[in-house]
Amino acid sequence: MPIRLLLLLPVWLAAACAPSAEQVVVYSSRAEQLIQPLLERYAAESGVRISWITDKEGPLMQRLIAEGDQTPADLLLTVDAGNLWLAAEEGLLQPAGSTLLEKNIPAHLRDADGRWFGLSVRARTVAYSTERVDPQQLGSYAGLAEPKWRGRLCLRTAKKVYNQSLVAMMIAEHGEPKTEQIVRGWVANLAAPVFSSDTRLLEAIVAGQCDVGIVNTYYYGRLQKQNPQIPLALYWPDQDGSGVHVNVSGAGVVRHSDNPQAAVALLEWLSSAEAQKEFAAINLEYPANSAVSPDPLVAQWGSFRQNVINVSRAGELQAASVRLMERAGYR
Amino acid sequence: MAAWLIALPTLAALAVVVTALLHPDTEIISHLAKYVLPRVAVNTVLLVAGVALFSAVIGAGLGWLTAMCNFPGRSFFAWALLLPMALPGYVMAFVAIGVLEYAGPLQTLARDWIGSSAWFPQVRSRGGVIVIMSLALYPYVYLLARNAFLTQGKRALEVGQTLGLSRRQSFFRVALPMARPWIAGGLMLVVMETLADFGTVSVFNYDTFTTAIYTSWFGLHSVTSALQLAFFLLLLVFAAVILERRLRRGAAYTSNLAPPAARVDLAGWTKWAAFTAATVVFAAGFALPCLQLVIWTLQGVQPDFRFAGIALRTVLLAASAAMSITAVALMLVYAIRNAGRLARLAGRVATLGYALPGTVLAVGIYSKLTWLNGLVNDLFALLASAPPRLYLQGTIAAMLLAYLVRFLAVAFQSVDAAMQRITPNMDESARLLGVAGWRLLGRVHVPLLRGGLLTALILVFVDVLKEMPITLMTRPFGWDTFAVRVYEMTSEGMWQEAALPALAIVLVGILPVVLVVKASAYAAATR
Repeated sequence: MPIRLLLLLPVWLAAACAPSAEQVVVYSSRAEQLIQPLLERYAAESGVRISWITDKEGPLMQRLIAEGDQTPADLLLTVDAGNLWLAAEEGLLQPAGSTLLEKNIPAHLRDADGRWFGLSVRARTVAYSTERVDPQQLGSYAGLAEPKWRGRLCLRTAKKVYNQSLVAMMIAEHGEPKTEQIVRGWVANLAAPVFSSDTRLLEAIVAGQCDVGIVNTYYYGRLQKQNPQIPLALYWPDQDGSGVHVNVSGAGVVRHSDNPQAAVALLEWLSSAEAQKEFAAINLEYPANSAVSPDPLVAQWGSFRQNVINVSRAGELQAASVRLMERAGYR
Repeated sequence: MAAWLIALPTLAALAVVVTALLHPDTEIISHLAKYVLPRVAVNTVLLVAGVALFSAVIGAGLGWLTAMCNFPGRSFFAWALLLPMALPGYVMAFVAIGVLEYAGPLQTLARDWIGSSAWFPQVRSRGGVIVIMSLALYPYVYLLARNAFLTQGKRALEVGQTLGLSRRQSFFRVALPMARPWIAGGLMLVVMETLADFGTVSVFNYDTFTTAIYTSWFGLHSVTSALQLAFFLLLLVFAAVILERRLRRGAAYTSNLAPPAARVDLAGWTKWAAFTAATVVFAAGFALPCLQLVIWTLQGVQPDFRFAGIALRTVLLAASAAMSITAVALMLVYAIRNAGRLARLAGRVATLGYALPGTVLAVGIYSKLTWLNGLVNDLFALLASAPPRLYLQGTIAAMLLAYLVRFLAVAFQSVDAAMQRITPNMDESARLLGVAGWRLLGRVHVPLLRGGLLTALILVFVDVLKEMPITLMTRPFGWDTFAVRVYEMTSEGMWQEAALPALAIVLVGILPVVLVVKASAYAAATR
């Protein structure tokens, strides 16, 4: 008898540790400092306990796969539509079945089956030196492959998922051969080896190493906050064509969640007007809920037409995009 | 048997890599073979060769100077030259690029003064990454080589000199060959660390096997081909290990416990050359990067009030990992000492985890733990119909196990090298006196191994401080370490905000590093 009891001990311990209140466990690849204030605010307002763990998206997904039905996770929060698409594809997410979410988040920023929802929009656009570039010369992403930009272009590494998604969307629009030609043109125009961060790239434009580059807007916003006089500006390309390439950070309910209702409730709150403002502003992104206006600093950059192809195409075409860039010598 | 038992967790992780070989993804492999592998293989080999060469020269050279010679500042440099070890390679990389790049302060200043910085060497280049990585890794060689020079005694050198060798000849022909297992052990760590590195090379955007693994995995969505590339990496390491064993086959490195050699006073230009070399390495590898981190920290970063808790957990984790891993390393060394070939092979296998990229290893271990957890769940379901839960993951024990797989090599190298100093004769005399088995270990070996054990403790402690991927994946909720804070900030490109936690890693790492040097000098002096 005592031995049987001993065997049961861990079960009791586990039961004793299990919270009586509702709890949501978040796995996040969005950096902690960008989600913590919101999650803490929600916990305070709703009384729901929230715990989270952060990691890169790849390891997080592998972790979910390994854990299977034993997982403690309820919500997967990550950046990049490609990652969300992959998580859904791997069967890690379940439909939220929430009409509120479908109302709050535009169709091209969420999964058709409701397995994930974009929560903030990240526009990847062209930044240029206001000292050396006339914005009239700019036009489209493809235009940066023209010879007039030889030795004047800076790019971030092709290993960053933001660029993989951008090229994936170009494949969706132009097809592979044309896109490969464009990417080869970019590589030929490079003024310096590709950078490992958008911020360094922007600093290189300021320093005069190059004149134009492709970046996410919020990196520009951060520099602008430090130095309002910075001789840099954003340009919205493809306004006559398909629009500016946008990506999302977003979330979905984990398939084996123990508490899917609470996870959906948190997701719904994150898509609501009051949370959306802060969620986007904290990183100078655009709110996914179109009824919410962006931070004043962000609004200064002007309005633009988004590319409204569903962002999940970036996921479907990501592998093709990576291979294309490797063929084209874009590292 | 014991050795294989210790190798078990590593074997489990390796099994994940090896089973991937059974499912080749031919389309992706042929793409990789055509566009990726040739370049990546050349890059990797040149990087490893360059870093090994630099680390050996800096580490063994300065180790010799501070152990055997007197020159201005020697007693300061003796411990200060170890400090770069407390600075993670990825931190050194982003500091170096921030300072030295075209847009950085130095080149900007140069352009302001002389109008051009075109003469400035390109930082983000093969040379740049080799220099930075060597500065981050040479302390492994330095620490082990210095220990060897301090403990090899003066008799061999004296004998060499009576046979007519000059001082320089006796360094190259007596001291250096005698220190070979230590230098080789340190170099092996450097090589494995270089092969597994992801952080430093990605800051430089320098493509190696590791970055190819990440691209296949997260870009091409092919876990299988990622693991196959990891297998390549393991083959490389295995080849290096075997090569190193071959090179010193049959040699024995026991010492006769002679008193340490007296330090030689350097005179004239050699004294200042030694001083300059030590200063340059110390400044580039530690002082200047830290200065930059302090500057960034002062540039308006708000303090994080959770720092005390993070510090406590970081130290707790690193200390318990250091102690448990060193203990296991000692058992492994001991198991191998008294056993045959098969046990030695187990030793090689058990230490392979160090060469695998952290994320690959983390996933390998994690999936095996989950499998084990499934068994536990089945048992509980039988006993108490409990719902499936994770009992093993998210516990400190699981974390320590993962660290063990990663860092056993580190502890093993220094304990093993120290064990080489104990002659079989001593075992025999002890046995004659009736001391055998565990008592032999406790009463004869452990006291003699003190230096090596201490080195192992410190190396593992500092390595765990810096470790990212395993900590990220296996930590329980709320168990953030300083390395995790650095990751959070750098993943968003917030270099300045990363400076404070990076400095914290350095501060936590400094004290034990200083202690170990003092202790090893003391041990050598009191022999």
